Amino acid sequence: MAKKKTEQKKWPEKWQEVNPGCMVFAAGNAANYKTGSWKSQRPILDKQKCIKCGICYIFCPEGCIQEDEEGYFIANLDYCKGCGICPHECWPGAIVMREEEE
Amino acid sequence: MGKRIGMEVAIAAVEAVALCNIDVAAVYPITPQSHIAEHMADVIHDGRIDSEFITVESEHSAISACAGASAAGARAYTATSSQGLMLMHEILPIVSAMRLPICMANANRAVSGPLNIWNDHTDIMPQRDSGWISLFTENGQEVIDLSIMSFKIAEDPEVMLPCVVNIDGFQLTHMIEPLELPSKAEVAKFLPPRKPFASLHPDNPISMGCFAMPDTYTETVVAKEAALVNSKKVITRVFSEWAKRFGRKYSVVETYKSKGADTLMLTMGSMGETASTAVDEMRKKGAKVGLVKLRLWRPFPVEELKAAIQGCKTLIVMDRALSTGGAGGPVATDVKSILYGEKKKPRVLNVIAGLGGRDLTVNDFVAMFDMAKKKKDETFEIYGVRE
Amino acid sequence: MIEIRWHGRGGQGAVTSVEMIALAAIEVGKYAQGFPAFGPERRGAPVMAFNRVSDKPIKIRSGIYQPDVVVVLDPSLVSLVPVTDGLKPGGILIVNTSKTAEEIRKKLNYKGKLYIVDATHIAREELGVPIANTTMLGAVLKATGVLNLNAMKSPLEHRFGRVAAKNMSAMKRAFNELKSAKAA
Repeated sequence: MAKKKTEQKKWPEKWQEVNPGCMVFAAGNAANYKTGSWKSQRPILDKQKCIKCGICYIFCPEGCIQEDEEGYFIANLDYCKGCGICPHECWPGAIVMREEEE
Repeated sequence: MGKRIGMEVAIAAVEAVALCNIDVAAVYPITPQSHIAEHMADVIHDGRIDSEFITVESEHSAISACAGASAAGARAYTATSSQGLMLMHEILPIVSAMRLPICMANANRAVSGPLNIWNDHTDIMPQRDSGWISLFTENGQEVIDLSIMSFKIAEDPEVMLPCVVNIDGFQLTHMIEPLELPSKAEVAKFLPPRKPFASLHPDNPISMGCFAMPDTYTETVVAKEAALVNSKKVITRVFSEWAKRFGRKYSVVETYKSKGADTLMLTMGSMGETASTAVDEMRKKGAKVGLVKLRLWRPFPVEELKAAIQGCKTLIVMDRALSTGGAGGPVATDVKSILYGEKKKPRVLNVIAGLGGRDLTVNDFVAMFDMAKKKKDETFEIYGVRE
Repeated sequence: MIEIRWHGRGGQGAVTSVEMIALAAIEVGKYAQGFPAFGPERRGAPVMAFNRVSDKPIKIRSGIYQPDVVVVLDPSLVSLVPVTDGLKPGGILIVNTSKTAEEIRKKLNYKGKLYIVDATHIAREELGVPIANTTMLGAVLKATGVLNLNAMKSPLEHRFGRVAAKNMSAMKRAFNELKSAKAA
């Protein structure tokens, strides 16, 4: 039987190289897939209005909003899909959606 | 060697599994498997084995709970029948694709409708393509032996596939007959604790049950097919080891008085015993008949079957299920396909009988041999239909 | 090989009777099968149970249609169920009844070998309940000679624990009080 693999080959592979059970051994490798390319709008934060409440972080369905060193909650644009929930929930209206530039 | 005792086969199946130190049993009761569910619950509740019994709300949950447990490294067991197996249907191919060595007892029972609680094989046939190893038993001793062996086969690092042991409902499950249970020490020597290839644990995160795009799926299918086909080698090896340790020999295809037979009958399951008594009677009268018994249903033992039917002119394939609107019974359809390319092959006649628990007596089998002699065409027969 | 069919009512212990016979036979080195008529049952409804006992391995997985012995556990079944159906010529009918052999013969239009015992009465006296399944074991053993009384000791003890002794007494009484009526 194949030895346990800890690196993930780039698919597609030969059938003999498919991990048993199609198990994925590279933990967290979904991060390699940058879903940020799906968005047509991106959230822009006005730091003057932001009260650092973290509501946008709680409501983000992607879980891509992260707190930076200053305490502001910033969307990671590698994964943000531009759904627009964070400006919808933001009480002070500190977030606006802008069209993705070409 | 165990002591010769009398026990109901369903109870014995549980006692055999209890010797295997399972970690989790998730069982939902359904006639005629219910004695297995009840007794397993008792055994675990009484603390006779260190296991968890999960009282799931349906068979779909039973197999799903086993899948989760097995993915986390547990030795998991379940049992079901008929409609319960049908309810598990969507999970079965997932479990085999995930290469989880879950073991299951299936008390073969007719599938509704109309509702019927008696024995036939229509429940296991729709699960043919699910990627599970499928074994058939003829008597209570085989139920005990194969139940224990199924764990060793399923968990073998070259297999890692789930395994179902088919037990004819009522005919076997509710029968009290002489049995020998191996001792706990003997089973411990034969069956070591499970060593999973990989399991879910926070210390070592992996993903199981993933997603595959069209450009990968085909390769995963080929990989699973290779695993199932190659498992036959392991099954044969485990059978040999069992014979050495316990003196009882099993093969993927077994024969009974088939030497020199010009007509052979192929059976699966407990009807083989009654058929063997018919063969005895006919042989006494000089008929050159014999029996071929398919113990391994999936993966289909192609070479062994071809070898077993060498030289016979007529092969009567008994099916206890009908592929409605198809080419007859599932076993006969497989047999015919396998023999299609052979230069020398017997005439294959398909008889479908024993549906919905309709009893098959010794005389019925004798009548089937007679009918095969007289049959002029190649259509399949449903035995004993009132019309 | 001997094939026995038991007639009882659901809840009267016909299945326990066949279990005792099967276990006893297996313990003394014979081959045996014990099984109920397969299907849903409810208390009080007429049920059947079956035994096969043989010195050779039993390779039959079908039902019993021509028993060598028929046992009727409940007296009221004689008028309700065709208990003699399929009974082999020369076979034995054993009935739990307080009636006479002639009355039973007349009711069933039966001319073969007949054994009767008032097992319900014995059970009431020995066990305090009118459940005659273990009592009738004595009748079956006496009429057929399929097993010795001693063979029943271990299965009864295993199954009935503290009340095994009472069941043994009831069984022995039926063994001794069984009346045989020669074939007419």
